[in-house]
Amino acid sequence: MKRTRVWGKSVKSRMVSWLLLATFISACGEEAVETTPAYASRYAALPGTATLLKGATVLTGTGERLDDADVLMADGRIIAIGSNLEAGEANVIDASERWITPGIIDVHSHLGVYPSPGTESHSDGNEATAPVTAEVWAEHSVWPHDPGFATALAGGITSMQILPGSANLVGGRSVTVKNVYGRSVMDMKFPGAPYGMKMACGENPKRVYGGRGQTPSTRMGNVAGYRSAWIEAADYRDQLAAAKDGAGEAPTRDLRLETLAGVLDGEILVHNHCYRGDEMAVMLEIAKEFDYKVTAFHHAVEAYKVADLLAEADTCAAMWADWWGFKMEAFDGIRENAALVDKAGACAIIHSDDDIGIQRLNQETAKVIGAAARVGINIAPETAIRWITSNAAKSLGIEAMTGTLEVDKMADVVVWNGNPFSVYSKAERVYIDGALAFELGNDTLNPVSDFTLGTTASAGGAR
Amino acid sequence: MNRLILVALLLTVSGGSAVAQSVAIVGAKIHTAGPNGTIENATIVSVNGKITGVGNNVRIPTDARIIDASGKIITPGLFSPLGRLGLVEVSSSAGPVDSMQRGTQFTASFDVADAYNPRSTLVAINRIEGVTRAAILPSAGSVDDFGNHGHVISGLGAIVNLGDAEAMSDTVDRRHAALVVTLGEAGSEMGGGTRTGAWLALRNALDEAVDYRDNKRDFERGLRREYVYSAVDLDALQDVIAGRVPLLVNVHRASDIEILIQLTRAYRISAIVAGGAEAWMLADELADAKISVILTVTDNLPGNFDRLNTRRGAANILAQAGVRIALTDGQSQTHNARNITQSAGNAVADGLDWEAALRAITIAPAEMFGVAKDVGSLETGKAADFVIWPADPFELTTYAEAVYINGVAVPMQSRQTLLRDRYLDTESTTPPAYRR
Repeated sequence: MKRTRVWGKSVKSRMVSWLLLATFISACGEEAVETTPAYASRYAALPGTATLLKGATVLTGTGERLDDADVLMADGRIIAIGSNLEAGEANVIDASERWITPGIIDVHSHLGVYPSPGTESHSDGNEATAPVTAEVWAEHSVWPHDPGFATALAGGITSMQILPGSANLVGGRSVTVKNVYGRSVMDMKFPGAPYGMKMACGENPKRVYGGRGQTPSTRMGNVAGYRSAWIEAADYRDQLAAAKDGAGEAPTRDLRLETLAGVLDGEILVHNHCYRGDEMAVMLEIAKEFDYKVTAFHHAVEAYKVADLLAEADTCAAMWADWWGFKMEAFDGIRENAALVDKAGACAIIHSDDDIGIQRLNQETAKVIGAAARVGINIAPETAIRWITSNAAKSLGIEAMTGTLEVDKMADVVVWNGNPFSVYSKAERVYIDGALAFELGNDTLNPVSDFTLGTTASAGGAR
Repeated sequence: MNRLILVALLLTVSGGSAVAQSVAIVGAKIHTAGPNGTIENATIVSVNGKITGVGNNVRIPTDARIIDASGKIITPGLFSPLGRLGLVEVSSSAGPVDSMQRGTQFTASFDVADAYNPRSTLVAINRIEGVTRAAILPSAGSVDDFGNHGHVISGLGAIVNLGDAEAMSDTVDRRHAALVVTLGEAGSEMGGGTRTGAWLALRNALDEAVDYRDNKRDFERGLRREYVYSAVDLDALQDVIAGRVPLLVNVHRASDIEILIQLTRAYRISAIVAGGAEAWMLADELADAKISVILTVTDNLPGNFDRLNTRRGAANILAQAGVRIALTDGQSQTHNARNITQSAGNAVADGLDWEAALRAITIAPAEMFGVAKDVGSLETGKAADFVIWPADPFELTTYAEAVYINGVAVPMQSRQTLLRDRYLDTESTTPPAYRR
């Protein structure tokens, strides 16, 4: 939901821009830092050393499982994966009996925008003052001292998308961050990640605005609202394009339409909160009418009813393992949902939407594995891990940089003290860009937010 | 009514509840959660819904159906220690949620048992995953559209069994199993904006109940002062002040729990702490006061200032100190009451002994709510509530294979399995509405 356009038109060119900039910075030394554009990422990896993890069961995130394998990381990147790798200068860690996976990615978080403590004064996730607020950016609400970042890290989370809430038809831009503490959100922003835009179907927008006697108060009102917004955005985009070609004057800059036009231009990815299968189908029609892509449906409780449509549209479904019944549109939730989506060849993702659930996406995934086995669908660990790593990365447009353990990718890596799909396993070491950001039982490698200083959390309580 | 028809109806009813034929499950590893601990290669026998034997040398009645469970694990049925099972279908904007009353017309006398629906979709969904008994509790009310707010005293909880309503003569095991009270930050909202107000409301209710008990005749003659609470509420409080029904107190902050300990001593009443984010800080004091704790295992973030010192590992700290604990998944302990096995597994991952974790989701809540002589562990004479598992029940990939409630194997079907089966064949060309 929130990607700045400063990096270029496509993910690929955005990456190139980032790489060029990175090269420029390293070539020119520290003085060159001022050249970063407004709001750009100022993320810098924690200090790390070359590390060789030896003798583990490795789930690469590409669908492969390697037994008794080594992972070599240096300069923030994956250098090699295989058997009996040479350590060279690297620090060697015995990872036998351990499992290694890519860093876990949560595509649906409200950490920072609905932080702990959840006081009214911290309620910064829903600009519930108009049905379409494409002009707001979640990053401008992110409180970087949310204690939830640390607890998520202990659960293996290395990146996440932080979204506005679902009160509005269009809630605003999302932001993808690396799971590190910073003094501002700029210190956390995932370098080169595209923006996303949050949309919401169904009960929430119509309840929020219908309750005030405003539109939308029905699902048909919701759809009229999206379509009207897209008409405006298409017009704005066309005027801009015409002005560029010397035909007419450019319209006055409009933050709201700028984000919507960014979607139409393919630069901003649509993340659409949508529970019911029939509503997902309607949203795909709207995307057809205005020629944009729904990158992912979130909270897709009924994705299993339309899994073939999702596969055809190349739209991911981000799901809970078993949440259901808390509202009418969640009444048909089943535990096999993600497995049926995967089976249909669509992109399945397990997400949290929760500061507690984000700490155990591996466990949520395991529940689906077990449920699927009951009906004869066998999901191997190397497949299931994709739902919380590479498929998640794909939906955030960062799959070229992270989400799998492949040479040259960011060394976002989790070492688990057992099979990650066992309830008894914990993340033992979490690396972000090759730097050890968390180590189980090591207080010096268990970050503490400003807020939790002086509580038991700062002594390792809130692990 | 025609007498013959009445007799026929009675027969039907009693026949319905007597379908628990004798059954013997043999060869399993049985975790009894009782004094006999864990028994390898054991047999459990159920006759007329009761356990008649558990162990290695158990007499099997000649008419018993024998089921081989070699290599399997058997545990007692799981006991959900709180939540609103059968009191709600859909939590928001979809009809009544029968766990919550607002306004002050009734407080202590509000009894959720009258609203329990044994045919709720939630019942089958949770029982096929091993939940056989549940505490169903009133919840603290948020303010409604008319400005009515809930009360510090929310009402009476009940214990239900999740048996097939068509097979069980009664699904409510015990009414008045606990009186629910909400204190701390949540309680202060209902106590006029401060936590002091919430304590005053509770103390006043207890004082009035004592006064009412001691001066009932004068009260009925109109010779006693006016009470804030109605006679039905004061009647409902009598079991509490007599120590027969515990207060179940939603509270997190250590300082509030300290006051609660003093209060239970002053009034000689018993209490259960629910939530209890900071209860671990008072583990010894709680053990000494014999106050049990229903803990949300994974709740490790300071959602408000009452929970600043919340932490993982609290279950083990409390258990080590000798506090009786039950484990929950917090908010989702209604629709997903089934996830208490995950709560137990996480408590074990954080240091709690495996058997202690099993007790915390079976016998311990049964003890807290006064039904342990009938349920909660696998012992002769108790209800035949047990679950057959293919592997460690706390593992997330493990699902129950069979669930017995009062000796009856429940149908392993729910609205969710029906939905699943309808959409399982993704290649089917038959429209979904015609798939059954």
